[in-house]
Amino acid sequence: MRSLFAVANRPEVVSLAGGMPNIEDLPRAALGEAAAKLIADHGTQALQYGSGQGEAFIRELTCEIMALEGVNANPDDVVMCAGSTQGLDILTRVFIDPGDVILTEAPTYVGALSTFAAYQAQIVHVEMDGDGISMAALDQALATVRAQGKTAKFLYTIPNFQNPSGITQTMERRRELVEFAEKEHLLILEDNPYGLLTIDGTPKPALRSLESDQIIYLGSFSKIFSPGVRLGWIVAPPAVREKLVLTQEAATLCPSVFSQFLVKTYFDTFDWRSQIVEFNDMYRARRDAMEDGLAKHMPEGMTWTHPAGGFFVWAQLPQGLDSQAMLPRAVTAKVAYVPGPAFYADGFGSRYMRLSYCFPTPERIFEGTRRLGDVIKAELAMRATFGLDALEDGQTSPEQAPLTGKDQHGQGPAPDIL
Amino acid sequence: MKVVVLAGGLSHEREVSLHSGRRVAQALKSAGLDVIESDVTATLVDTLKSIDDPVVFPTLHGGVGEDGGLQQALKLLGVPYVGSRPSVCRRAFNKAIAGPLVSEAGLTTPRSAVLPHDMFTELGAGHLVKALAEYIGFPMMVKPVRSGSSLGATRVDKLSELPQAMVGAFAYGDVNIVEEYVEGTEVAVSVLELDGQLQALPAVQIDPVSGFYDYTARYTAGETKFTTPADISDAAAQAVAELALSAHRILGLRDLSRTDAIIRPDGTPVFIEINSAPGMTETSLMPMAVEAAGLDFGEVCARLVKQAAARGRD
Repeated sequence: MRSLFAVANRPEVVSLAGGMPNIEDLPRAALGEAAAKLIADHGTQALQYGSGQGEAFIRELTCEIMALEGVNANPDDVVMCAGSTQGLDILTRVFIDPGDVILTEAPTYVGALSTFAAYQAQIVHVEMDGDGISMAALDQALATVRAQGKTAKFLYTIPNFQNPSGITQTMERRRELVEFAEKEHLLILEDNPYGLLTIDGTPKPALRSLESDQIIYLGSFSKIFSPGVRLGWIVAPPAVREKLVLTQEAATLCPSVFSQFLVKTYFDTFDWRSQIVEFNDMYRARRDAMEDGLAKHMPEGMTWTHPAGGFFVWAQLPQGLDSQAMLPRAVTAKVAYVPGPAFYADGFGSRYMRLSYCFPTPERIFEGTRRLGDVIKAELAMRATFGLDALEDGQTSPEQAPLTGKDQHGQGPAPDIL
Repeated sequence: MKVVVLAGGLSHEREVSLHSGRRVAQALKSAGLDVIESDVTATLVDTLKSIDDPVVFPTLHGGVGEDGGLQQALKLLGVPYVGSRPSVCRRAFNKAIAGPLVSEAGLTTPRSAVLPHDMFTELGAGHLVKALAEYIGFPMMVKPVRSGSSLGATRVDKLSELPQAMVGAFAYGDVNIVEEYVEGTEVAVSVLELDGQLQALPAVQIDPVSGFYDYTARYTAGETKFTTPADISDAAAQAVAELALSAHRILGLRDLSRTDAIIRPDGTPVFIEINSAPGMTETSLMPMAVEAAGLDFGEVCARLVKQAAARGRD
């Protein structure tokens, strides 16, 4: 199925599939000059090995950035990594033995699922509602895991504009979640790549801002600057942090020193706060085009989330439709999306799709929703022709049977797919 | 002379094509030829016009690369190319046309029926689905008529699975073919036509771990056991080689082709389909067959290019 995404990079195709930030508006020429000066003036350091934990100056910068979301962190507790995805990898390596349980939202980030699968973790999904992860479902899931004699090593959560659902945890839900974690001694991995990309209102305080030792925080420069520099960070309590540094040294010796210098140069030289405002204005126009297009073009029975930031809308198809089985029809119609099962470890989610609005222009996004609407209507008509329109949810057919094992691997698009 | 390896395109098999193109381009370079790689885009014609003596090696799978569209364009532009003529590609690619043509010429093919989705809409799917079940029987294969790499193909074991399989195949195109499922040993026989001589390469036997040679089994290392030459009797090997050569001749293919067949337990080879632009990826069947024949893949590709250049424009 992943192979079908290959067409997404063709200009004829409106790709609502990828998650690449639009970095067109970065001050590239001036940044190029600053980078040249960086190499000329500080090349012997920037092009050299560095600290396994990351350079002190960049760890201080991450604390300044996290303060925008209410996080009071100490640079000594920060470990730099090659994007937050590598942070997730070393955290999983430190915490997980094969068969250990990880709790995640349902659905959740496909990249995290791949990382967890690589360490043979058992994923237990927890339902969400419009306010974020469901506390009742979390309580029940944890009880079930414990009743089986297992330990849930941590809960992985994306509180802001969750990938793929676009849902943001309310403050009340955040407080409930942290309170629950304290009471149950449940470790939380808070992944927050999109928090500063709040396009309606102001960023909500992060879970980590609630000052709990139960929370490990993952941050990233990918969306507020550049994914190509591959730089993210972990904030962890000292005992964990030391293990992470040793693990990081074993994995890579040190995070890219050049990237750390380049990022620091950008944040010192340019008005990065205004750049984020510009990014948000751009993404707001794209989100609005997506919402307008969906409202205009989707058939009855289709529902979708209304994100206040981030990159993604999560749409539910009319009853009986299967987003994976429909993808080739969409590709033929020159529009692409990511089918829902990519975001579940258990193969469910066939009635859902993730639609991203981060990369195409508003006009293309609107056109993409038109094509998608036609595809869904044609699929509905086809199913009606074959008497499959009355198929109830849960009734499976060959294409709708949950995927397992290797079939599940690689369901999402590669990182360089638009 | 400069070789333009075309890969990519807009078909569902774009990714496979990109892998095929890369492999062929590297092979041609290793054989000492001057090679560029290109997608089929709005700049292609200008690229071709800017080159002295271009020869195109198409490695496009599905869509315009295999249905003759690209070959027609190259013919109009006067650019020599490796592979079959436009009209030949058209009839080879369409399973609804190639099957009956080789069947009429005496080759064994599975019992089949071809129906566009409009027919189901206009006549009512219920009656036609039942009629298909009675005419073809179970198990059966449902496939889009114009698709490759098993995309949209489903084995159907009972009536209740048939509607979903039809919808799945119609996601790839407007016309489906429903065939009887042929039990036996699955093989692929590549045919090379060099210096006017047709040669069937050793059959490659396909044993997918999952039991079904689907897209994942085709392009994931370790998902399929390939045996070359196939573990079949000499008589069966001879028969399936003859089948592939006959299909190549009957349909009028040129330069190269790959016939997919199933050898029944009694040794009879059954023609399933023929490919005018066989896959050339790391796990593809034709490169395996070339190697098994003791030939060098780069040299074979280079000879095909030189042959096309000598032939000139169509």
